[in-house]
Amino acid sequence: MPNRTMTRGLGIAYAIAAAAVAAAPLALNAYWIDVLNSVGLYVLLALSLNLILGDAGLFNMGHAAFYAVGAYTSAILNTRLEIPILWTLPASALVAALFAALVARPVVHLRGDYLLVVTIGLGEIVRIALVNDVFGLTGGANGLFGISRPTIFGHRLTSRKPQEFLYLIWAFVAVTVFLFHRLEQSRFGRALNYLREDPIAAEGSGVNTARYRLLAFALGAAWAGMTGTLYAAKMTIISPESFGSWESVVIFLMVILGGAGSIPGVMLGAALVVILPELFRGFASARLLVFGLVMMVMMVFRPQGLLPYRLLRFKESDLRRAEDAP
Amino acid sequence: MSALLELRNVTKSFGGLTAVGDVSFDVPAGSVVGLIGPNGAGKTTTFNLITGNYVPDHGTIRFEGRAIGGMRTNAIVRAGIARTFQNVRLFQQLPAVENVLAGRHCRTRAGALAAFLRPPWQAREEREAAARAVRELEFVGLGGRALELAKNLAYGDQRRLEIARALAADPKLLILDEPAGGMNEQETDELVGLIARIRARGVTTLLIEHDMSLVMRACEHIVVLEYGEKIAEGPPDAIQRDPKVIEAYLGTEDA
Repeated sequence: MPNRTMTRGLGIAYAIAAAAVAAAPLALNAYWIDVLNSVGLYVLLALSLNLILGDAGLFNMGHAAFYAVGAYTSAILNTRLEIPILWTLPASALVAALFAALVARPVVHLRGDYLLVVTIGLGEIVRIALVNDVFGLTGGANGLFGISRPTIFGHRLTSRKPQEFLYLIWAFVAVTVFLFHRLEQSRFGRALNYLREDPIAAEGSGVNTARYRLLAFALGAAWAGMTGTLYAAKMTIISPESFGSWESVVIFLMVILGGAGSIPGVMLGAALVVILPELFRGFASARLLVFGLVMMVMMVFRPQGLLPYRLLRFKESDLRRAEDAP
Repeated sequence: MSALLELRNVTKSFGGLTAVGDVSFDVPAGSVVGLIGPNGAGKTTTFNLITGNYVPDHGTIRFEGRAIGGMRTNAIVRAGIARTFQNVRLFQQLPAVENVLAGRHCRTRAGALAAFLRPPWQAREEREAAARAVRELEFVGLGGRALELAKNLAYGDQRRLEIARALAADPKLLILDEPAGGMNEQETDELVGLIARIRARGVTTLLIEHDMSLVMRACEHIVVLEYGEKIAEGPPDAIQRDPKVIEAYLGTEDA
């Protein structure tokens, strides 16, 4: 029921994680702070894909396209119209959502594997369009540069202090986790799950499945778009190569590895996929091999993901309370 | 009594095969009507035409006087026709109560924004929907099992859970597709009782069945299909004596 969004154990885990991130600048050097920034961005991307892939069961392997649309929207608005970068967040969310709804509309009814193929194509089309300087706005293969750094309450964030971005990115993560837990505990979240479990039964029960497929795509894309804004603000330079199909594959991997449909699982998946290759740097060129092997072993022995969780929407006491209420 | 559902000269062909040919019948409000026939008679096609899965080639289907042919399935549910599935289709990984809430979906309205902001009306809506779901579970005899996963319920219970899900949508017409399939005798007896209680709630029922005995006991009016055409229509005792019906059932190989 709505008054309880998560179990106590999960709440404690979040509190510990938040404290660890907050205290990280005391213990870590600038390099590792930047790794944490990267983790934060990928957590956001993975959570946004999780709405589409994990909750609604729609195989989207072109998620980087929405990330790119958001990043470029912000970069264009910032460099051409000099709108402060963080103010472009709503615009990039909106543009990414509209773009997703537009491109998903003709293909979203496709069954799992077919949709996967189409979304791979979508990701490539977006990347190639950016390389070809579409509308003369995207700067071609060089991308866009000179994006101004964000200013918060008159304070300008700089790359010399990566911890400032750490707080910006992870504050956004915290808000996202809060909102997405509320979402999964709602009529909307249930509708996405009905869609994943059995779309025919969902439609036959009165759920407008076409609408919810589009909404899942639009909402996931909106969040990926806003993550693109944060990325553009942090990098000040963006180029098409940051949004290639490998990005889509990696985000997809994070969701499946962590546990599709599980918010803490997906966050863990994102953290591991970013941090493990950093730890394996000692293996030099073999690190991706090790990483690939870990993935394969995982999928064979734990296909449900590292941290699947059974979403507990209702407890006995909730149902009693609901019945007793007038 | 006015007809709640009205089929007039409904025809549906697949390639050269006429699955349903020129079928007309009425389902009066407040009644329990049975649609029977041997396997392959066109029952399921008729069913899919009413629920919006197929669009009729010819003829009209009217619900409360409004043509529903070609409407999307979810819109038909919202208009007041809820269904169960011949092969049980539940959300297996979800608890019983959330399965029933799927039926409640079209009568509630909170979207993503309401989920994020949680205004008081959203909390109230959720609470009322949950209470209603629990009541529907009790109504079909699954009280106290709200939190069990659908996949862990016995087959007969899964069928009743489907009925609860359909009832949660506030249907005026409930269509049951072979509800006794896979049920033992005792469960079938309980089903007859459940259909009577559904009727007492004022919900009209159209029962699509292969099994004659259930239909004879539960329905007051029966429509018989064979080879996609209506061959008889009337009260159970007349249908039982109808030579055409006897021939259709005994004269063909009963699968």
